[in-house]
Amino acid sequence: MDLEFSKEELAFRDEVRSFAQQKLPAEIREKVDQGRPLTKEDQVRWQKLLADKGWIAPNWPLQWGGTGWTPTQMYLFDDELGAAGAPPVIPFGLKMVGPVIYTFGSEEQKQRFLPDIVSSNVWWCQGYSEPGSGSDLASLSTRAVRDGDHYVVNGIKAWTTLAQHADWIFCLVRTDPNAKKQQGISFLLIDMKSPGVTVHPVITMEGDHEVNETHFEDVRVPVANRIGEENQGWTYAKYLLTHERTSIANVGAIKRTFARVKREAAKVTSGDGTLLDSPVFARKLADVAIQITALEYTMLRILSQVARGGAPGAESSLLKVRGTEIQQSITELLMEAGGYYSMPFVAEHGKAIGPEFTARAAANYFNYRKVTIYGGSSEVQKNIMSKAVLGL
Amino acid sequence: MDFSFNQEQTLLRESVKKLVEKDYGFEARHALLKSDEGFSRAMWKSFAELGWTAIPFSEADGGLGGSPVDTMIVLEELGKGLVLEPFFATVIFAGGCLRRASASVKAKYLSPLINGELLSAVAYAEQDSRFDLFHVGTTAKKDGAGFSLDGKKIAVIAGSAADMLVVSARTSGGVRDKTGVTLFAVDAKSAGVTRTSYRTVDGLRACDVTLQGVKVSADNVIGKEGEGFALLDAVSDEAIIALGAEAMGIMEVLYKSTVAYTKERKQFGVPIGSFQVLQHRMVDQFMEYEQARSMVYWATMMLHKGTGVAKAASALKVQLGKSGRMIGQAAIKNHGGMAMTEELPVSHFFKRMTMIDLMLGNADYHLDRFRTLG
Repeated sequence: MDLEFSKEELAFRDEVRSFAQQKLPAEIREKVDQGRPLTKEDQVRWQKLLADKGWIAPNWPLQWGGTGWTPTQMYLFDDELGAAGAPPVIPFGLKMVGPVIYTFGSEEQKQRFLPDIVSSNVWWCQGYSEPGSGSDLASLSTRAVRDGDHYVVNGIKAWTTLAQHADWIFCLVRTDPNAKKQQGISFLLIDMKSPGVTVHPVITMEGDHEVNETHFEDVRVPVANRIGEENQGWTYAKYLLTHERTSIANVGAIKRTFARVKREAAKVTSGDGTLLDSPVFARKLADVAIQITALEYTMLRILSQVARGGAPGAESSLLKVRGTEIQQSITELLMEAGGYYSMPFVAEHGKAIGPEFTARAAANYFNYRKVTIYGGSSEVQKNIMSKAVLGL
Repeated sequence: MDFSFNQEQTLLRESVKKLVEKDYGFEARHALLKSDEGFSRAMWKSFAELGWTAIPFSEADGGLGGSPVDTMIVLEELGKGLVLEPFFATVIFAGGCLRRASASVKAKYLSPLINGELLSAVAYAEQDSRFDLFHVGTTAKKDGAGFSLDGKKIAVIAGSAADMLVVSARTSGGVRDKTGVTLFAVDAKSAGVTRTSYRTVDGLRACDVTLQGVKVSADNVIGKEGEGFALLDAVSDEAIIALGAEAMGIMEVLYKSTVAYTKERKQFGVPIGSFQVLQHRMVDQFMEYEQARSMVYWATMMLHKGTGVAKAASALKVQLGKSGRMIGQAAIKNHGGMAMTEELPVSHFFKRMTMIDLMLGNADYHLDRFRTLG
């Protein structure tokens, strides 16, 4: 047993750290710290800086822009960038559809789509959930009917995050309505400019426009845009869900946000001192600090297992459940720290009425309710662990 | 970064596991519980012969120079068997104090302890001290070349069978001063020592100790006079981390036996483990267990490094309190009525886990300590 990283690993960490210090634009870091939404330009700007360095798609195969890093380097990279206040990359292209394309796509699809994902020239969004299909994803009913060299797609995709910026969407569609539910699904790549695709904003309770409903009305999609075999889409989607889960708990980012809560609480007057002197608030902080340590070392244990050649199993579900619960606790603490100044409804990224940190304190508290719902809800994760870990 | 064990550690684990599985079945343990002393001296001799009582001590002291990871392995496996012999009290806690003592104290007490010939326990808690190690009302007054001790100590785990008690007593200052506390090695049979023994809820033996004009020679001071609290505090942190390993073994049994039971037990014509409400409770047990395990590993390695030990020990103790309670209560709940009885091992594991929270400061106490350590 050894808690230390190797000399090479530490040198790598320093390299990532100094890259972030030099290249991460201050205004982007500030927005991340204040929990403000990033514009498309912010996001693309940062992703292009990573791409210039060759670090935008570290887990990809070398020929498509990957780095060949070890699992430990991958972890250190994510952790350092999170700790530096860098925004996470938009996952839909880089962490979701990209891996599906290079794993299951045709040579032509790889050539056509992968370079644009790596360069952040094309923005992807995800078309999985539907109004009637949430955690029971396989019940989806968006239809794709074959018509010569095309599919004709009709249906509605729900929660299409940042679809308002998207050039392309990857969708699960039903191609065989008679098959058992998982077996009649195909995986399609659809150009958002196709006639019949419309994006309808959905405003969430904090006032943000982050998600949408994307409607498909007789949208013609070339058969060449189907990934892999017809009716095998569920297999590809499941693969993708595993990718989504393992990249979900960023301890570096969590620690940075937590440190910010402490910093802000130290400036809030409470009684004769600051909020940090309040035994009740201070104990809540201490409790979360311990939870973060438990998450961090559970993560490192899984990492050590992977580094020794094991596969991350259903334990990654644990990271998702705990990571998101802790993120939620932190948003709660920040809102509590704001006191009365958490009351103003600062939608549309307006100015704070009170201290700067309060501008998004309540908004992010509300917004972060999503994290235990998306990416496989906590309950779905528990079903997975029950089956895969406990054998129930 | 590596969380695997080396070959010697794997062998050590196998050897403890083998003994526990072979000689520490539920029935055998039950018989020991009911015996006079509440544990087996023959078993203790085997522990010593196998070298376990020598593990945490340096080779210079006659020990094996084991690392905290080695200690962790032993305690984890002992935990899985709810072993009754005073390994924690004697080797970890009293031994931790003696490791920091002068050569003459070591020669007199540590050597026989390592050889399995001496049992020891730490008498530190008092009626009003609650979990504060520095709160010491027992006094040690200069008496010729030595000291004379007066006071009362409570909840001395394994104190009844101990040959020597490590006693904290005040040589100067007020009851709650952090300086002025001194640790003494007191022969348990000294004149003026009275022990009132009782069983604890988890089947261990403990005692209250009254000290009346107990003469202790100046040679028997452990560490420096007046600096006993700092010493005891450091030993307590080490001991908490070892206790974490025991708790880790206990929690594993609690959650795994719950899962196994719900696969067998049928109601409404199906195994109760098929019900989602029960499944999610067991997943919560699994998650608590894994996080507690991570904290034990982390704290153990912090101890190995020798940095941030106090904070790590407190963080761990908070985790143990929280996880242990959740896992234990859920184990009883999912087993149902049968778990309320003495007949199933699960209730015994639950009781031990509950007591571990109370030992060396409960979760609330350590949450507060963690906070004040900054």
